[in-house]
Amino acid sequence: MSGIEIRNLWKEYGDQVVLQNVDLTIAPRAFIALVGPSGCGKTTFLRMLLGQEAPTRGTITLDGAPLPHEPGPDRGVVFQRYSVFPHMTVLGNVMAGPELRASRLLGRTFGVRRRAIADEAHAMLAEVGLAGSEDKYPAQLSGGMQQRLALAQALMMKPKVLLLDEPFGALDPGIRSDIHRLMKRLWNEVPMTVVMVTHDLREAFTLATRIIAFERTRDRPEERLRYGATITRDILIWPPRSAGKTTIWDADLLPGRDDPTIPGPIAGTTWPKEEPDADAYPPLR
Amino acid sequence: MRLINVRPRRGTAVLLACLPFVVLALAYLVGSAVRLAENPSDKLLPALSTIVQTVKLYAFTADRRTGLYLLWSDSAASLGRLFAGIGIATALALLLGLLNGILPVVRAVLAPFVAVVSMVPPLALLPILFIVLGLGEVSKVTLIVIGVAPILIRDLALSAQALPREQIIKAETLSASTWLIATRVVLPQVLPRLIDSLRLQIGPAFLFLIAAEAISADSGLGYRIFLVRRYLSMDVIFPYVAWITLLAVAMDLGLTALRRRVFPWSELERGR
Ligand SMILES: Nc1ncnc2c1ncn2[C@@H]1O[C@H](COP(=O)(O)OP(=O)(O)OP(=O)(O)O)[C@@H](O)[C@H]1O
Ligand SMILES: [Mg+2]
Repeated sequence: MSGIEIRNLWKEYGDQVVLQNVDLTIAPRAFIALVGPSGCGKTTFLRMLLGQEAPTRGTITLDGAPLPHEPGPDRGVVFQRYSVFPHMTVLGNVMAGPELRASRLLGRTFGVRRRAIADEAHAMLAEVGLAGSEDKYPAQLSGGMQQRLALAQALMMKPKVLLLDEPFGALDPGIRSDIHRLMKRLWNEVPMTVVMVTHDLREAFTLATRIIAFERTRDRPEERLRYGATITRDILIWPPRSAGKTTIWDADLLPGRDDPTIPGPIAGTTWPKEEPDADAYPPLR
Repeated sequence: MRLINVRPRRGTAVLLACLPFVVLALAYLVGSAVRLAENPSDKLLPALSTIVQTVKLYAFTADRRTGLYLLWSDSAASLGRLFAGIGIATALALLLGLLNGILPVVRAVLAPFVAVVSMVPPLALLPILFIVLGLGEVSKVTLIVIGVAPILIRDLALSAQALPREQIIKAETLSASTWLIATRVVLPQVLPRLIDSLRLQIGPAFLFLIAAEAISADSGLGYRIFLVRRYLSMDVIFPYVAWITLLAVAMDLGLTALRRRVFPWSELERGR
């Protein structure tokens, strides 16, 4: 296993350079948080990892092999919106992946096979806290529930890489910290690499093993078109988190609090206080 | 309270909905009575009793010459043509609209062609159809298909294209092939929309049907109306028009009920 290797990646839309010279090696099982100002090309980057867009220049390899030019089941995704199918029930949404994979003609399974998939789906729904909502349609769920459903749907395929584009941006802080705990557990249990775009630095520090910041190096109006964003910061979280191994810093030390990052700085960690330390991490803009 | 916030209660709403119909009926009765008082042999606004008698004659008495109950045999002939036309148009729309909406390659070939064809005024083609396909059933059904299908195809293709790109991508990450994306993701989501646009096409379908029947037929609702027009038989024409309207309204309501029944989620999405 060699994870994801991105070499000298450029992306241009017509005349506009969006990303330039991105070089990045993502270790297997890493949890990358991608941050950066609006419009700097984070979604574009994620789309290239997904295979939805082709790079203008440069290469992306996944486990040593060049990335296919279209999305596939080895890379799961949760978008900010429209990630679930409105015409399927909650259970149908979660079963969709395995059913589509198992039945190439009808996209539906029957009998024993269906029951096996349904059992797995029920377990996954319980995992994300949606047990009991199996027969509802997405329109009957709250925003947070829909995102958890999208997560469950993507995880059913056991993807090698999970791509998340501001998945929890629209959620209120309470639900968000619930989802963070869930996300952490899933990342520990499911053998996958996660790349998550977020605008929320606290979220980045809570979840990630490594934070990558995209930024334009030249941002004067006359330079905007010809110069794109690139990696300007690459922060490894200390102490290192590694998937499957929960350190005492990752445990929920104070179960009464809803956010494990709130207790304040623990000596020797990069965890933020109320807000990330302004000197250590100058504002990105 | 502002007028835009005044909502009638349910009972009131039903009464209000009946109001225009009652007004129309009253206006007719008064008009008819006034004209008949002036000239008892007036044919333009026949009295209710005359109309009832004619309906009895057409609906419940066998025709002396043919032995048929004319209203029902006319309805059967017309509805047969209508359903054949709409059925073929729907099948075409499903096939071409879906291909058009999903596959860029097909869209490149078909979309401009369908767009141009949908601009051809179907009634202008009627003489050609009669000459080429003869005066029988085929030309009438074809006229309905030509009139209705292009719009259904374009509407279906548009709504397939309007699906969020994210959903298609998502389906790809769930290992769906093009076929499975078409049948399991796109088709179920455009079907409710197809039903809605079918509802809107019932009116035009009747228009083309009646136009074709008016010119050449030996039975049918349109045929009958244009036949008795020569005798100024408003007592036949009015009930026939009302009957056609009733049929169209029933189809409209039926299609809505079908959509609610088969696609319960489409009603939920609507409110969002
Ligand atoms: N399909 C496209 N065609 C042309 N330009 C595009 C296209 N998609 C994105 N861009 C441009 O690429 C730049 C980066 O867009 P992108 O959506 O990746 O930003 P982002 O970092 O995800 O921003 P945000 O945080 O607001 O979501 C923008 O300037 C946008 O105008
Ligand atoms: Mg974005």
